[in-house]
Amino acid sequence: MTADPIEASGGAAFAGRSNSLRILWLAAMIFACIVLCVLSVAFGTRDVGWNDIVAAVGGHIDSIGQAAVAVRIPRTLLALLAGAALGLAGAIMQGVTRNPLADPGILGVNMGASLAVVIGVVWFDMTSAYAYIWVAILGAGGAAVFVYTIGSLGRGGATPLKLALAGAATSIAFSSLVMALVLPRNDIAGSIQTWRIGGVGGATFESISHVLPFLAVGFAISLLSARKLNSLALGDDLAAGLGERVAFARATAALGAILLCGATTAICGPIGFLGLVVPHLCRLLIGVDHRWLLPFSALNGACLLIAADIAGRVIARPAEIEVGIVTAFIGAPFFIWIVRRQRVREL
Amino acid sequence: MTMASPAIALLNGDRRRRAHRYKIVIAILILMLAAAFALTLSLGQSFTPPRDVIRVLLGEDVPGASFTVGQLRLPRAVLSVLAGLSFGLGGAAFQIMLRNPLASPDIIGISWGASAAAVFAIVVLSLSGPAVSIFAVVAGLGVALMIYALSFRNGVAGTRLILVGIGVSAMLESFIAYTLSRAPAWSLQEAMRWLTGSVNGARLDQTLPLFLALVAFGGLLLSRARDLEALRLGDETAAALGVGVAATRIIIIVSAVGVIATATAVTGPIAFVAFLSGPIAARIVGNSGSLLVPSALVGATLVLIGDYCGQFLLPGRYPVGVVTGALGAPYLIFLLIRINRAGGSL
Repeated sequence: MTADPIEASGGAAFAGRSNSLRILWLAAMIFACIVLCVLSVAFGTRDVGWNDIVAAVGGHIDSIGQAAVAVRIPRTLLALLAGAALGLAGAIMQGVTRNPLADPGILGVNMGASLAVVIGVVWFDMTSAYAYIWVAILGAGGAAVFVYTIGSLGRGGATPLKLALAGAATSIAFSSLVMALVLPRNDIAGSIQTWRIGGVGGATFESISHVLPFLAVGFAISLLSARKLNSLALGDDLAAGLGERVAFARATAALGAILLCGATTAICGPIGFLGLVVPHLCRLLIGVDHRWLLPFSALNGACLLIAADIAGRVIARPAEIEVGIVTAFIGAPFFIWIVRRQRVREL
Repeated sequence: MTMASPAIALLNGDRRRRAHRYKIVIAILILMLAAAFALTLSLGQSFTPPRDVIRVLLGEDVPGASFTVGQLRLPRAVLSVLAGLSFGLGGAAFQIMLRNPLASPDIIGISWGASAAAVFAIVVLSLSGPAVSIFAVVAGLGVALMIYALSFRNGVAGTRLILVGIGVSAMLESFIAYTLSRAPAWSLQEAMRWLTGSVNGARLDQTLPLFLALVAFGGLLLSRARDLEALRLGDETAAALGVGVAATRIIIIVSAVGVIATATAVTGPIAFVAFLSGPIAARIVGNSGSLLVPSALVGATLVLIGDYCGQFLLPGRYPVGVVTGALGAPYLIFLLIRINRAGGSL
């Protein structure tokens, strides 16, 4: 418990959250999500009148405005799915490692997926969409195991800060390898930033349909591991005493998160910090029970990513900012704030 | 007395041997740098005989060689050397002062701060030349101050400073990406400079601010080399040895940021040179003397050779930062494993 002061204090402060309050928050969040989806379709780098927007949603692409809106629909859907996946994956990772600094971006998992895809494209001329996804999931898994192994070497095991440091350093290292691999390939080098900072701009219904089965399995495994994560939160010894197979529980929950991260990174590129912020916000709202926390993190992640994507399109008009840049701007200060909250004893 | 004198003689002998070894190491490093410099001047797409290279350097007009050597290779090589010296020197100063190889300016965000300021000054404010350098130095100092303040809480713990720096780096990198996205006319090559560092398109007049900063800030840094070594033993010990700890820190931070930021304003943050030079130099020098000068020499050699590999030895043309980045990445991971194994006492 001492390894996770936020979890501990959160548990004391929010143990008494009533279910009616949680349901109220749930309704509010679903409402917010719907509103954000509408806004995401309505607003973009180009101003489009409401008539055109309605026509485009109805399937017409007769004018430039309607065509612009038609592109925003899959984009919004992808932001919804990717946000939910990353928010949920962040909550799982924070639960599995009992580490308030865990996040698919910070722990290097997303960058591992990106590096694996880049290796596949550059060295093995990989082109099929399913190959992208499988390779990305393999890369995410490899990076997760790698970072966890390095972070748990030495005294004290995988302490939050050692793990975060291992992940951040691995992420930096992978990122420069990605750059070295992509640059000589003129056909893909033009989009060099998209391999290092993710975005949802290139979404199509086709790419989403490819990734959907993987996300579905990932969501299912992740959401089903809520009870196991509750046991793990008590500490390994107590969880084992309650009859939980600790290693198995960790591995299955992590597998769900890796599927989500890998599949998301395969079509969006590495998006960081979202999975860090979302579970912390959700804990403030509804407490630490993972049966509530996991679905809330997915919903909240979707809201946040759609909002960040809208912001990225509106702020830099007529250009647009990749959503990964926006999430880094929001998430990095949050990361620093959590680092500061850690006690010196643990450093 | 009879016991002490042989002991003192032994100690003196040891000290003399170490000083001797240090001089030899420095001489070898200088020779290596000179060899790399000569190589990059005479061998590129075509071979220029050393005699012609020397004639060009002496100012004679040699058909063909005057252009390739004088206009293309010489500015590039000089810029590489000066930038490498700056990154190596500044990086080692931070690593020694914070007693942690991971605390190099390119990992804790100071280089990113300078790079972000340079991009902002060039793209948004349309500045050029020395104004960009001044902007970069001020921003580098600002970032250094910010990281220090943000990680200060009952004293500054090493790991916390590095993690705060990594968070700040992520924001600055995003800021650079955002600013570059506002300037769609920029080529990939220009964008790469500010993301990973490059000496492409070097001109001799660009090297002047670097040289001046290296003389001024580098000289200041080297004049404090002895105090810096004392800081390595811990603040209390250093204070007991008569070192003004706070003043020394400030001087070292200002001068190290000065050299790093001036170099970054011209070449961009050449990946991992600041991080790699110190540990490599430590391997070579051992404990025979200050790491500052050897690190600077290693840094310059790294940039020269890295740029040469990126231009001629690899398939395709890479900016130097990509080569040093690919070299530094495995080393970063290796270092992390070694530190954790040794007890995780970061």
